[in-house]
Amino acid sequence: MAKPKIAYVHLSGCTGCLVSLADTYEKLLDILGAVDMVYNLTLADARDLPEGKIDISIVEGAVCLQDKHSVQLIKEAREKSGLVIALGGCAATGCVCNFSRGGQANQPQHESFVPINRLIKVDAYIPGCPPAPEVIYNFCIAAVTGDTQYLAPFMAQNVGGYHCGCDLQVNVVQNSLCMGCGTCASSCPTRAIEMEFGRPSFNNIRCVKCGACTAACPRMFLPVAEIQKKLMV
Amino acid sequence: MAFGKYKEVMALKAKDAKVTGVAQDGGVVTSILCYALEQGVIDGALLAAKSDTPWLPKPVVATTKEEIIAAAGTKYTISPNMSAIKSAAREYALDKIAIVGTPCQIYAARKMQLYPFGARHIADKIALTVGIFCTENFSYAGLKTVIEDHCKVPIESVTKMEIGKGKFSVKGAKDVAIPIKETHKYEQDGCHVCSDLTAEFADISTGSIGTPDGWSTCFTRTTKGSDLMKKALAAGLFEKKEMAEFAAPMGLAMLEKLETGKKDKAKKTVADRTALGLFTTPGIVY
Repeated sequence: MAKPKIAYVHLSGCTGCLVSLADTYEKLLDILGAVDMVYNLTLADARDLPEGKIDISIVEGAVCLQDKHSVQLIKEAREKSGLVIALGGCAATGCVCNFSRGGQANQPQHESFVPINRLIKVDAYIPGCPPAPEVIYNFCIAAVTGDTQYLAPFMAQNVGGYHCGCDLQVNVVQNSLCMGCGTCASSCPTRAIEMEFGRPSFNNIRCVKCGACTAACPRMFLPVAEIQKKLMV
Repeated sequence: MAFGKYKEVMALKAKDAKVTGVAQDGGVVTSILCYALEQGVIDGALLAAKSDTPWLPKPVVATTKEEIIAAAGTKYTISPNMSAIKSAAREYALDKIAIVGTPCQIYAARKMQLYPFGARHIADKIALTVGIFCTENFSYAGLKTVIEDHCKVPIESVTKMEIGKGKFSVKGAKDVAIPIKETHKYEQDGCHVCSDLTAEFADISTGSIGTPDGWSTCFTRTTKGSDLMKKALAAGLFEKKEMAEFAAPMGLAMLEKLETGKKDKAKKTVADRTALGLFTTPGIVY
């Protein structure tokens, strides 16, 4: 079987997601060995997306609407790719880029940075700032081996798009699903969530809207079949 | 299958007097954690310990036998133990963390092992999961209302709380028992979608239902849990009885009856909420 052709598309992000991918230590070799990395500005020697079809484009970063090159790149990646994956908060939810108002050197005209699903259809989202190395690894291996059961939650719309701590309030607490486990608090990269009397309490100023808390919450989705198969041995 | 997948089920009672003096029932959680710590299977545990507020637990990272024993006993309100797992892995630099929790907290830990969205180098440090049987939980204010308005004793005067034999009972300055059904309306609603009474995804799960006072019913569910329990039994930590010794309606028959009740209620709750057009957790009913 031919290795899947992967393009790593870097838009407006801090490279933290790529660093997180590399933070899998020697497991990075499993990933790099299983794929044909055809485009990756940091790791591969190619300046442009290759001609022809790509199997999977992994996108890091939000897309800047005032940067024609970024808009064109994300459109081109969509056209050429079988699957487009939004890796990390900026691509998946907008993350800290949601707060941009432009007017900063050295590109003061660059004002709006949006999650990529504002411009293109996205097939899977991996939220988090950055997503933990292990979840990126698990995702990549599942994608290469065709483990669709594991991948299903990433494909669900409710892990992508604009997300902040308030999503837990709206989806989980308001729907009286929260039971106070505290997973959201430990998943938050900025420690914006504290548990008060068994419920998450958000510090809205700290929240970077990465979506990790919502995705990690066992009341947002519960992968029972996966747990039975992979952990109950 | 009733009680989820398991390898062995047994009735246990800890022998160590330091444990039995403070434990809720058979002292299984406290004893097995102390043993796992001694044996190097774990180097710390996430537990619900006492806080400055009477009967409001707080999650702690326990790294000594004394700390584990100090956290013994059931607290009938929420302790967000998973909120402390990052601290256990980072600030405490633990490599082998035990998590003690209700079935929903075991769900959370298991989901984190497979989908660690925001848990960099944390989930791989989970070395043991110990689940506690749970029918439902109360908010702190709910618990306080049950104790102060229904049992009519100040919460700070209570030394032990128990649920069993159809009663919610408090012991302390004054012993009071009220029918459990008086407490139902104070249950946190998030419990009502939950199908899991026996912590079906823990390595070891345990609770009082099915065994007489001073004993605990205990399931081992994974090779890890089973091996640890076998070693602990060989080391003489527990008195052990077969569950078959407790004939119906006690024993596993009672546990199965309560479990079926919880599963049926979860199905109904999820169906009712779905009919209202509300979001419910995909996968929660199985």
